[in-house]
Amino acid sequence: MLELLSFGPGGWGDEILRGTGVTVAVASLAFVIGLLFGATAAAAKLSGSLPLRLAADTYTTVVRGVPALLVIWLFFFGGSGMVTWVAGLFGYGGRVELSAFAVGVAAVAVVSGAYAAEVIRGAVQAVPKGQIEAARALGMRRRLILRRVTVPVALRYALPGLGNVWQLTIKDTALVSVTALAELMRMAFVASGATREPFFFYCTAAVIYMAITTLSAAAFRAAERGAERGVRREAGR
Amino acid sequence: MTMTDSASPATAAATPPAILIEDLHKRFGDNEVLKGISLTARDGEVIALIGASGSGKSTLLRCVNLLEVPDSGRVAIAGEEIRMTRDRKGVTRPADRAQVDRIRRSLGMVVQNFNLWTHRTVLENVIEAPVHVLGVPRDEAVARAERLLDKVGLAAKRDAWPSQLSGGQQQRAAIARMLAMEPKVMLFDEPTSALDPELVGEVLRVIQGLAEEGNTMLIVTHEMAFAREVATRIVFLHQGVVEEEGTPEAVFTAARSERCRQFLARETRW
Repeated sequence: MLELLSFGPGGWGDEILRGTGVTVAVASLAFVIGLLFGATAAAAKLSGSLPLRLAADTYTTVVRGVPALLVIWLFFFGGSGMVTWVAGLFGYGGRVELSAFAVGVAAVAVVSGAYAAEVIRGAVQAVPKGQIEAARALGMRRRLILRRVTVPVALRYALPGLGNVWQLTIKDTALVSVTALAELMRMAFVASGATREPFFFYCTAAVIYMAITTLSAAAFRAAERGAERGVRREAGR
Repeated sequence: MTMTDSASPATAAATPPAILIEDLHKRFGDNEVLKGISLTARDGEVIALIGASGSGKSTLLRCVNLLEVPDSGRVAIAGEEIRMTRDRKGVTRPADRAQVDRIRRSLGMVVQNFNLWTHRTVLENVIEAPVHVLGVPRDEAVARAERLLDKVGLAAKRDAWPSQLSGGQQQRAAIARMLAMEPKVMLFDEPTSALDPELVGEVLRVIQGLAEEGNTMLIVTHEMAFAREVATRIVFLHQGVVEEEGTPEAVFTAARSERCRQFLARETRW
């Protein structure tokens, strides 16, 4: 059975490995870009501007309210058209084709960002007001307060929630397989069809997903411990 | 406005007051908390603001460093008036945020709940503003912080986290953090109200020491014995106005205001 996973013409090991690489790449890029979307949307939600708040609320409500698969289809069928239209505005006449990889990253980032936005907003709101006020009273400027107080304190509140968003993001990348992007889920599907061993290949994929999520959950726990420095009481005290 | 910064007795009359407050008004919704308050603090004065809860004494203190923005009136620190403007809705706000940030650097503030940054050690709390606001080199800031921690009796706690300190220790660390900016005026907003009774003394002793060094202070407090001993002047607020003002001796023994006498009788009953 295991020769099915060998690296070479007869086995699917190299394809599965490459698929795993694509999955990790899509998830990582989408998560990081999603964090930017999420931080921007959270800033808009917490801003005094009504139009900005409405825009951010619309984004998170709509994207969290529809299936991720639907968002991916919208980007797949609408993405190229949209980019072609924008390119047209800048005087480019031809049709722009987006790669399945770019479409996948963009779609998953948009979904990931909508969830991250709520996590980040909650974390920023959880920062004790007095700690911000202490900084203002010492004459610290807004930017400095954001960088030295708000972000480090909010990070501690945000990390558990962001760990959750990361897990969702990894799993959402599996949905991108519908666009035939050669990520882990797609490779398992192709190998299953070619070898007529679907159970074996889907189990293999499951083990790989579990490995990725378990390892990254451990990484997040380590990061949480780092961010709790000074706050969590030491044992024995 | 430019004024020479001199505290010598000969020019004392010409020196602008450390804090000048004129006809200050502040409302929260329908509740007018400050109804036209004027107050002057000269260099070296220690003013205790007393009064019942809700009399506006904390709000007044917070208006001095613009943590609350007054609706109208003037605030001038060492002769420099904080410029105000109104936005389209008629809400007052500082005209120049940079001016406010600059003035705040000369005003130290200590509040009831200490508000140390929980993600930084005691020493990091103390050097934060000197390093990042004033641009003091780190070694210099650390050396100064160690002297200040020694002064407030926390030399041994320099590497402790705020969560590992008692309330009294946290408040003394907060005082060291304020002192690290070498403020010209110190504002204390009920510095001992959040402390267990047995921890109040250690904090009051530190504040008293600062008063004896000749620092200019505005102290909102419920500790009447402390106010009487440390303050050079007592200001009694009642429902947003200055009801009584004078030396501790005059206010505590011969207040003209009936309300002030009643308040003091209640507060000093024990």
